[in-house]
Amino acid sequence: MTGMGGMAGMGGLGGTTGAGDIPASVTTASLVPPAVPEAPPHGIGVSLPAADAVAKAQGTFPYAADLWAEGLLWAAVLRSPHPRARIVSIDTSTAATMPGVRAVVTHADVPGDAAHGRGVADRPVFASDQIRHHGEPIAAVAADHPDTARLAAAAIAVEYEVMEPVTDPEAAFAAEPLHPDGNLIRHIPLRFGDPDAVGEVVVEGLYRIGRQDPAPIGAEAGLAVPRPDGGVELYTASTDPHHDRDLAAACFALEPERVKLVVTGVPGAMGDREDVGTQIALGLLALRTGHPVKLAATREESFLSHVHRHPTLLRYRHHADADGKLVKVEAQILLDAGAYADSSSEALAAAVAFACGPYVVPHAFVEGWAVRTNNPPSGHVRGEGAMQVCAAYEGQMDKLAAKLGLDPAELRMRNVMATGDLLPTGQTVTCPAPVAELLRAVRDYPLPALPKDDPEDDWLLPGGPDGAGEPGSVRRGVGYGLGMVHMLGAEGTDEVSTATVKVSGSVATVICAAVETGQGFTTLARQIVQEILGIEEVHVAPVDTDQPPSGPAAHGRHTWVSGGAVERAARMVRTQLLQPLAHQFGMSTELLTIADGKITSYDGVLSTTVDEALDGKELWATAQCRPHPTEPLDDTGQGDAFVGMAFCAVRAVVDVDVELGSVRVVEMAVAQDVGRVLNPAQARTRIEAGITQGVGAALTENLRTSGGHVRRPDLTGYALPTALDAPEVHIVKLVEERDVVAPFGAKAISAVPVVTSPAAVAGAVRAATGRPVNRLPIRPQTAAAAVTAVTQEV
Amino acid sequence: MTLPGSLDEAVAALAAMPTAVPVAGGTDLMAAVNSGLLRPAALVGLGRINEIRGWQYQDGAALLGAGLTHARMGRPDFAALIPALAAAARSAGPPQIRNAGTLGGNIASAAPTNDALPVLAALEASLVIAGPGGERREMPIGRLLAGLDMLRPGELIGYVRVPLLHAPQTFLKATGRTGPSRAIASVAVVLDPARRSVRCAVGAVAPMPLRPFDAERWVSSIVDWDGERALAPDVLAAFGDYVATACIPDPPPAQPVLDGTEPGTLPPAVLHLRRTVSTLARRALGRALA
Repeated sequence: MTGMGGMAGMGGLGGTTGAGDIPASVTTASLVPPAVPEAPPHGIGVSLPAADAVAKAQGTFPYAADLWAEGLLWAAVLRSPHPRARIVSIDTSTAATMPGVRAVVTHADVPGDAAHGRGVADRPVFASDQIRHHGEPIAAVAADHPDTARLAAAAIAVEYEVMEPVTDPEAAFAAEPLHPDGNLIRHIPLRFGDPDAVGEVVVEGLYRIGRQDPAPIGAEAGLAVPRPDGGVELYTASTDPHHDRDLAAACFALEPERVKLVVTGVPGAMGDREDVGTQIALGLLALRTGHPVKLAATREESFLSHVHRHPTLLRYRHHADADGKLVKVEAQILLDAGAYADSSSEALAAAVAFACGPYVVPHAFVEGWAVRTNNPPSGHVRGEGAMQVCAAYEGQMDKLAAKLGLDPAELRMRNVMATGDLLPTGQTVTCPAPVAELLRAVRDYPLPALPKDDPEDDWLLPGGPDGAGEPGSVRRGVGYGLGMVHMLGAEGTDEVSTATVKVSGSVATVICAAVETGQGFTTLARQIVQEILGIEEVHVAPVDTDQPPSGPAAHGRHTWVSGGAVERAARMVRTQLLQPLAHQFGMSTELLTIADGKITSYDGVLSTTVDEALDGKELWATAQCRPHPTEPLDDTGQGDAFVGMAFCAVRAVVDVDVELGSVRVVEMAVAQDVGRVLNPAQARTRIEAGITQGVGAALTENLRTSGGHVRRPDLTGYALPTALDAPEVHIVKLVEERDVVAPFGAKAISAVPVVTSPAAVAGAVRAATGRPVNRLPIRPQTAAAAVTAVTQEV
Repeated sequence: MTLPGSLDEAVAALAAMPTAVPVAGGTDLMAAVNSGLLRPAALVGLGRINEIRGWQYQDGAALLGAGLTHARMGRPDFAALIPALAAAARSAGPPQIRNAGTLGGNIASAAPTNDALPVLAALEASLVIAGPGGERREMPIGRLLAGLDMLRPGELIGYVRVPLLHAPQTFLKATGRTGPSRAIASVAVVLDPARRSVRCAVGAVAPMPLRPFDAERWVSSIVDWDGERALAPDVLAAFGDYVATACIPDPPPAQPVLDGTEPGTLPPAVLHLRRTVSTLARRALGRALA
């Protein structure tokens, strides 16, 4: 398991506090700064700043788009302007003979596997006969100058036979297959309990969730460098380097050892960051030309190539008794996977398993489908599956509360799950599930002052400063959301990570292929080594695929799996370091402590420095962490599919100009189940970032398509939240109930606020306008209440 | 890239190289260049032409230099002169854009969402256009925006002549988010007490700003110009509806069914846009007359 010998007997509740001196189970925002400011911050539980923070803030940190190599060529990719077409012919002769063009590659030039994909290899590197989505790659060009490459790509003559795209996921079932694998990617018919159970009160709802784009701040980029041995090196911001390397090697028809992927700085990752297809194209061009080849995607290419959040259609029926206790939930969930499977199967499993939310539901019947369409491809984006169902089941809870005349928080309180309850998949929730405590914390937190109570404060109206907002038309609303996500890969994924710790002199180095995506892994690794070895200066080596695999950066897994591996390796180094001393003095290594580079025994008799104990030697240790196995959901949606879960409660306060339908989120109060705070400052920023992304999904972020064509793939058309849109985030409570199976007892932090906050914002807009809000992002015409009612009041 | 120091030098540089593109703030143009969408043969930078970076007074009008930045127009001294243009400039984008983007650029790029355009239309501004050989001609802004007249080769927008009305003006804009963003719809209302008229223009809902003349005439006739100008709420609301229906008319009954809506009615999104215009016009007029 996880090598948490020292903590395994600790029990779930409370537990001892770590070095951070933060009282277990309660942390408020005010306690976030390090407790002892004068001591150099190190170890678990303090706010160690990221080593590269200053370079990133100052703009000197190099990303893949900044790389350069001698003899560099520039690549451009020709992408389909149609969402669905048959390719009649591809003529590259004009492009290939243009001066400055070094190579043109199409599907015919892929030596190995013609297709790649996460899980199922169903996505062609280059389209050969069928175009399945707008922006699908058809060919790639390498040239001396980026403009030449772009012009040459445009000069490739492709004859299309344009076909009617399938853009309605409901129509995908009956449509002719868009892919040899068929249009149905996965179907999960979950059956739990008695199908004939009925409640006294029944509410129904239909919900639509839009297409959120990860929109990373740095667009995709890569550099491919051919190797003398006939292999190739890819420099890119991959978040799952070994997996991407294996896919690329299979397409190049090379052994994986001859393809090396070097991970550069990651300029923003909210899921699978890099489009592997582009990296494969770069590698092919480098192998073909024998020169380094670089590509830095435009924002438009970025929107067209990477995967998006699954647009989802959800139909729900909730049964409850007269007291508001849930009796049965029936749901149909339809995920639009776009043209290729990618991680749709995992997203669907999460959607179906969490379809009822963190509530006790005795009977549940959920049908989930992921289907293929000609819309832009969907895939892994933080909280996939869980976010869409959260918006829907919380909409249902609001409806139920309204029908029963109950306070929305009270209705939720009557139904929340706790440790020991069952998910509708039959899995017992064994980890801490302090849902009631979270909900109580956000419910009891004081509401923000109304502007009339505090007229000194400038009231930022919906629509912004100097906007059209009029105080008389603004209504305030409060809404609640309770959400959950699973941690680590699900359904039998082999989750394993390997880490090496080296100590030489007074410096320790961590070698681990876990990618720092902004989640804070490198900082955490330094803190772990500082904690265990008492060494201040810890470096984390850059990541490449010559290191042993650590798996994807997703679902909070690096904190758990890679953090666990680093911890084990550090403990092994500690034993190697202390064993000779302990032997010499006839005591066990547990009686020795290391702090500030000094080794002391419990009675103070022995005192020496780490340097002296090392005596010029280097100590190395490598360890693995592999959490307990999971199992796939069976054909009735039953199974212990998840290693662990994290929960969150959010209370949103919004102002709505009910005539214009403009919404401003005034405040988001959040209480989260974090297991243990390892780095308070990072935990805080991750929650704030997650809430902001959730507010974006609730109000503005939607990559629009019409007839399968992506509309406005730029940052003017795709409205991300700005500083003025980002709400005030109040972290009301971080519940530190340690998860005994997780290293350090810590849970994943980043995803669950993204999952929960859109539901809370939707609930608040419902409360402010009295209108049904069943579509995300919330459109102004939804948030605009009946005009006549308002004008009478004004 | 040339950097002329005067308007006539700039015109001469453009005449000498007809493929050159003039650039002022570059907030639209340089984004297109940087993303590879545009590769101008040469650029004529207008940033060093001091004569168009300020304004002067001429016969009861202000002659605004085309190089005035949004940031400059947003300042209080300018707001005292032409309040609606200052309000539009303040809402024109994030500070980086407002520091660089210019009045002339806003007119030349002529995107429907450009915030200065409805204000200039409501003010009935005219453009002073500099041509080769020191030639100057003047054109109402509406003619350029409607495509009835064009800039000829080598010509540049030098100045914008705006009447000084010494009366309240408002500019209101509806956007999709609280932070800076493009208008979904915008409304400018200016009062002209000397001519006893209310003028109004609606931006972003059509390729050029729209003037609802009938609504303007009707409301101008109701306002008590010599006394308390304020109007009753239902009159303001009627003005809003009048403006909105003029700018977003009902479809003719014969029009075929569009995306499943009843024939002869507008789709919900368009109806909401009409409601938005109505609300903005009502609020803008109310604030101008208050």
